[in-house]
Amino acid sequence: MKRPSSVDPMVGYALFYLVFLYGPVLLLPLFSFNDSIFVAFPLKGLTFQWYAQMVENDALIHALGNSLKVGISASIISTILGILAAKAMTRFRLPGRGVVSGMILLPLVIPSIILGIALLVLVLNVFKIDPSLYTIIAGHVLICVPFSMLVMMSRLEGFDKNLEEASADLGENSWQTFWRITFPLAMPGIVASVLLCFTTSFDEFLLAFFLAGNEATLPLFIFSQLRLPSQLPSVLALGSCILGVSFLVVFLSERLRRIGLQKKPAASAEAT
Amino acid sequence: MVSASESLPSQALPPLPTGQRLRAWFYRNEAVRGYLLLSPTLLVMIGLMIVPLVGMVGLSFFTQTYVSIDYTFTLNNYWTIFEPSDKAAHFLGIPFYLKKPIYLLLLFKSILVSLAATTAVVVLAYPMAYFLAFRVKRHKMAWLILITVPFWTSYLLRVFAWKIILGFNGVINSGLVSLGIIDKPLEFLLYNPFAVVITLAHAWAAVAILPIYVSLEKIDRSLLEAATDLGDGHLERFLRITLPLSLPGVIAASLLVFIPTVGDYITPTLVGGTDGIMIGNVVQSLFSKGNNAPLAAAVSVVSMMTITIMVCLFLWFVGRGRLSRREI
Repeated sequence: MKRPSSVDPMVGYALFYLVFLYGPVLLLPLFSFNDSIFVAFPLKGLTFQWYAQMVENDALIHALGNSLKVGISASIISTILGILAAKAMTRFRLPGRGVVSGMILLPLVIPSIILGIALLVLVLNVFKIDPSLYTIIAGHVLICVPFSMLVMMSRLEGFDKNLEEASADLGENSWQTFWRITFPLAMPGIVASVLLCFTTSFDEFLLAFFLAGNEATLPLFIFSQLRLPSQLPSVLALGSCILGVSFLVVFLSERLRRIGLQKKPAASAEAT
Repeated sequence: MVSASESLPSQALPPLPTGQRLRAWFYRNEAVRGYLLLSPTLLVMIGLMIVPLVGMVGLSFFTQTYVSIDYTFTLNNYWTIFEPSDKAAHFLGIPFYLKKPIYLLLLFKSILVSLAATTAVVVLAYPMAYFLAFRVKRHKMAWLILITVPFWTSYLLRVFAWKIILGFNGVINSGLVSLGIIDKPLEFLLYNPFAVVITLAHAWAAVAILPIYVSLEKIDRSLLEAATDLGDGHLERFLRITLPLSLPGVIAASLLVFIPTVGDYITPTLVGGTDGIMIGNVVQSLFSKGNNAPLAAAVSVVSMMTITIMVCLFLWFVGRGRLSRREI
């Protein structure tokens, strides 16, 4: 069928695709060490000055702080809402389940520019409040809840419901069952949900663009800097740092996921 | 448990007072308990999404008067969208000298650009997903992570990277000039719809690969063996089994890329230029620079309706195609 010496063309395509995926992204760290204000070949010398400039930039540090505040609040609130929804969805026979889940998943299919405008209209005309970090958090909760619910549903469906029933039969009330059985078993899913929501919020631009008052999050700050050529190298340095941290987070969350998976067969072995 | 109480003679249970009966029913009824648990999430979603969307639709029937909004019902905003006008073109900074329904035209263009990007993403992603599902034997997880990692880095910076690549003094131009292949930078690389398409194709790659990979992975391998045994070649086997069975993944991928990219704002702003302006930019500039929230709302409503109708037609068309195939 296949000539023995021939290289599989699929491998070639996969490598081409990886170059396409990583090439543009890896340009950021490459030019962040380049000793020139212009992002162009040939490269000049090696420098760390853009990183030094970045650390000294107060507006940047402030935006980073805002992004952390928004990301942490939004991911915790969304995960709590996601757990409640997922538990109701997976453990109860709900009439109108399809409509409800469709409604919760709706933000995934509405362009976020429309969500942003709709929320801003509400904030300005109905509540008559000024946009602030709180309005950004509200917007981010809206787009994070669907992700959280999906993650939590797959986790709650992943372990044996009998464990919860056994706990109820042994006389625990529903809160005790939740804290002692469901919560620990759902923990890897909760961590995954918080991380997913945090990264989504941390990277989200459009909703923050509409809902930010005077406070900028990191993407808003980056966007404002992209117009200033003199700021480009330090934006590249910042981008490289975000890239590095993202690698680390993906790596760690994958590790965590594996720990969760290794525990699961052991738990079911105990149960049987 | 229900059957146990039913088998008891009814006089053994003294009738409870109505309040207590209601409470007992309330706590035992699964739907009520389920909805009780669901209520915080549901309330937040209604408050943050349904109410604002309804509000936006309502707003689209009002008129902006300098600083305040005139709350008399009118269809004027919708007439403005469908009516040929060069005022709008002037406002958007586009040199359109003929009278045209400019908002509709831009919506149409956004849909075309988004369709092109979706096609590019899916066509490029399919072989990669195929490779993952059928050729990678070990380290599948490592490959999947490798593909999704760029997706977790800032969207803004991924788009910006293409500006660096395609720009006048960008990587391609400076590279080609310093290699002596061209003596003057090429101007046509950046600030056009093509730049938007290639940037979107890169930025949304992972979103398309995953659903296609999942549907390919689900295919029963014995079907492929049977096809080979019955004399199908590689191409026939792919066209008659693999491709049709992976269609749900392709459909999911297309929708997941198409719907959000129509309203994208960052990519057209950074790499599109005036020629690459899309409906998201129009809505944004109407809202802020134009200070006309009702018209922005009306444009949003028309865009959303158009996208919804397109998606429904697409799903209906695909569903019909698959039904007829099943009949054969």
